[in-house]
Amino acid sequence: MATTHVHGGIGESIKRKEDSRFLHGKGNYIDDLTLPGMLHMSILRSPHAHARIKSVDTSAASGMPGVIAVVTGELMAQHKLAWMPTLSGDTQAVLATDKVRFQGQEVAAVVAETRYQAEDARDAIVVDYDVLPAITSPDGAKAAGASLIRDDKENQKDNHIYHWESGDQGTTQAAFAKADKVVRLHTFYPRCHPAPLETCGCVADVDGITGKATIHMTSQAPHAIRTVFALVTGLPEQNIRVISPDIGGGFGNKVPVYPGYVVATAASLLIGRPVKWVEDRTENLISTGYARDFHMTGDLALDKDGRITALRVHLDSDNGAFFADAQPSKFKAGLFHIVTGSYDIPTAHITADGYYTNKAPGGVAYRCSFRVTEASYLIERLITNAAIEIGMDQAEFRKKNFIRKDQFPYHSATGWVYDSGDYHKAMDVALDQLGYDELRRDVEKRRKQGEVTGIGIASFTEVVGAGHGADFDILGLRMFDSAELRVHPTGKALLRMGTKSQGQGHETTFAQIVAEELGIPAADVAVEEGDTDTAPYGLGTYASRSTPVAGAATAMVSRKLREKGRKIAAHLLEAAEEDLEWERGRFFVKGSPDRGKTIQEIAFAAYTNVPEGMEAGLEGVHYYDPPNMTYPFGTYAVVVDVDKGTGQVKVKRVVAVDDCGVRINPMIVEGQIHGGLTEGFGIAFMELITFDAEGNCIGSNFMDYLLPTAWESPKFELGETVTPSPHHPLGAKGVGESPTVGSPAAYVNAVIDALSPYGVTNIDMPVTPDKVWAALRAAGVNE
Amino acid sequence: MQVSLKVNGAARSADVEPRVLLVDFLRTNLRLTGTHIGCDTSSCGACTVLVDGTPMKSCTLLAVQVSGRSITTVEGLAAGAAMSAMQTGFHEEHGLQCGFCTPGMMLVGTALLEHNPNPTEEQIRWAISGNICRCTGYMNIVKAIQHAAAINAAAAKAPQPEAVAAGGGK
Repeated sequence: MATTHVHGGIGESIKRKEDSRFLHGKGNYIDDLTLPGMLHMSILRSPHAHARIKSVDTSAASGMPGVIAVVTGELMAQHKLAWMPTLSGDTQAVLATDKVRFQGQEVAAVVAETRYQAEDARDAIVVDYDVLPAITSPDGAKAAGASLIRDDKENQKDNHIYHWESGDQGTTQAAFAKADKVVRLHTFYPRCHPAPLETCGCVADVDGITGKATIHMTSQAPHAIRTVFALVTGLPEQNIRVISPDIGGGFGNKVPVYPGYVVATAASLLIGRPVKWVEDRTENLISTGYARDFHMTGDLALDKDGRITALRVHLDSDNGAFFADAQPSKFKAGLFHIVTGSYDIPTAHITADGYYTNKAPGGVAYRCSFRVTEASYLIERLITNAAIEIGMDQAEFRKKNFIRKDQFPYHSATGWVYDSGDYHKAMDVALDQLGYDELRRDVEKRRKQGEVTGIGIASFTEVVGAGHGADFDILGLRMFDSAELRVHPTGKALLRMGTKSQGQGHETTFAQIVAEELGIPAADVAVEEGDTDTAPYGLGTYASRSTPVAGAATAMVSRKLREKGRKIAAHLLEAAEEDLEWERGRFFVKGSPDRGKTIQEIAFAAYTNVPEGMEAGLEGVHYYDPPNMTYPFGTYAVVVDVDKGTGQVKVKRVVAVDDCGVRINPMIVEGQIHGGLTEGFGIAFMELITFDAEGNCIGSNFMDYLLPTAWESPKFELGETVTPSPHHPLGAKGVGESPTVGSPAAYVNAVIDALSPYGVTNIDMPVTPDKVWAALRAAGVNE
Repeated sequence: MQVSLKVNGAARSADVEPRVLLVDFLRTNLRLTGTHIGCDTSSCGACTVLVDGTPMKSCTLLAVQVSGRSITTVEGLAAGAAMSAMQTGFHEEHGLQCGFCTPGMMLVGTALLEHNPNPTEEQIRWAISGNICRCTGYMNIVKAIQHAAAINAAAAKAPQPEAVAAGGGK
């Protein structure tokens, strides 16, 4: 890499450009927006999980102070807006007209001058319900005589949504028939919630004269949302503008379209004033996109040498009342079929069935690439259990079965083509950093003294950066992404992308890509996202796709401008284009390094002195459709001590070795890993959305839905290896989700390793002290 | 009801309903939107402000309860464009990502260093344990507060026109 005066290229941990406004309390989050004449909306939600609506009486509410309108399902139905399509091709009630199908479902809304007034009137709406039995699990959904949740759908005769398969049943069956050993794990990955600190919301502003609908919205995917809105409402797409302001965390929760957005927009259209709707925390936890809720059974077939010969998985997915998973259309269980993970498994067969239940809809990927977390968890738990069962060291068993470096690109049994990897190396770095051999001896010694202690390992493979567009689409929209770069006459630049940061630091990272590829210092590159009227179309930020896709687009558009710059430089230097050499930020004549033109001089000339016949200006756009996904990977190792008396698990060490290819801003990458490891810790030990028999949501506020604080959270020791993606223009892979995907299994494997001398083979997450205590008691430990 | 208080050094007063929460008063009446709402149950700390120097969760206080008191919000941390040591620490140590918890975290950190200029990591973690961050995993927030403590210590050592009061660490 040329060393020039240019600052902020790839690999530099420059401080974030976006920090300043947040540090001064001048962020621009949705609830900070106030428009002239703006009204406030509050949504009345169902207290029941399953009930027929007999009547909705809004008479008292309508007359209350400040109330402008009360919106019911009936009113929405008059405008053909009582139902909307979901991201999985199903339908979802916007405001219930017939039945409520989960606790927290939207029933009516009040629009008033202030939020306090809207909430007062909301509480004065009287709804008469006929309560029906609630179904809260796939087992309940498929039980004989189970009530039909989706009686609104003509051809729906039961609560089954989909059956989906991947892999080869015949060869897998044959391999199991010949297996020397079969290891089975049944595990439930419970429902949890991304719970970004900022809830979801919008300010809908429909201009009654022009018909232009401007919707400020906490959306990770504003462009796709605009298109969905056009399809749902019938408004012409050029009259819809979605603006995503600063977003206070997303983690997948802010991908879907929620009923509140539709109702607020309809209300603004009908009333002619802007309408703000911002959820409170309970609304967020009980009604918006949950994650996981997979009941999984996995079988590993082994030969006598400890080599894996086949994998078989069945899962039941609990999808809630509407099938609203946010995922590529083709794959009903997301990308779960990456479940062979980091291992060279000759054959595999996966079956999945989805069920309606009386729970909130919207299986989103909580900091994960469409169900990869569930897949990674299952295979990594199975691997540890298999190693323990056959008496082989966990690390050794993994190494024996890893896909080898020379097997890449690797064609998996379920059809993936892994782009690159060196799993043995990442494992070796992690074990070395941990001091594994010595630690293992120490564990054995301490166990002899009666202590309960263990080491957990997980060697995950992620699959991130959707598309390719031919295989990956959402409602038919191909999963490409985009970057538009404008270089101003003074050599400063404006970069716009189809993605949307929620804290990932795009304003810095993407400026660094321009700094590297076009040589304009990162400080001189403004980055904008989230306004569909100005940014180029893209599918948004989730599934760790921004750097793999929009990052690639940014590199490509920078290179396009560089090539135009070469022509301008040749003109200015009166030299042939092929005689020019590029170093970061400057073209010069080969052999005469003093004869050169900087990118700033070239930019000025683009507006003042272009060669005859050339278009003026220095700007361009690139739509990047990736040829393949990227496959980041790594090995995480966790050390725990368990208190036999209380069941309390103490995480002593966490070593995390990540390989996400080339790191653009290592500081930001490490920050992402810290955050993901902490969310993984929360999922493994604390976070749970569950339901009682009546379908009441337990986990509806932060006193019940437990998130890790600084007090519980472990410290992390990070390491890295670098295996560049061979098809990404910068060699980069996604990273934000790797730690959430990889770490839950590492944490739980550590607990299982600790409890293995007592014959304990599984504890479902969250691994709370009472469950550990009960497992120890069941094993006869009474201390 | 009449409420009169000092916010970031300026006297403010208004006629509010008795039920108005302090966080809503700050955000709606005074348009100080740097104080955020994350949970409504005083669990997350996004709404933390300093009341006479003590961190309090403004989603669980009525505006009228703090009449006569002095409030510091995130908007009061900087002196003009010049960031405080705490703000600088968060920037330098990458102590923020989405920024939503950041105002509360910085105010708690500021109050901590007032009482304990050189806290241990454990003391910092305990001090911020009423504030949830979903993005950073806390390690860099701890470093940010340590960074601020170091800036303060360096400033205290530098020649000053008058002596700096001792911190009285615990």
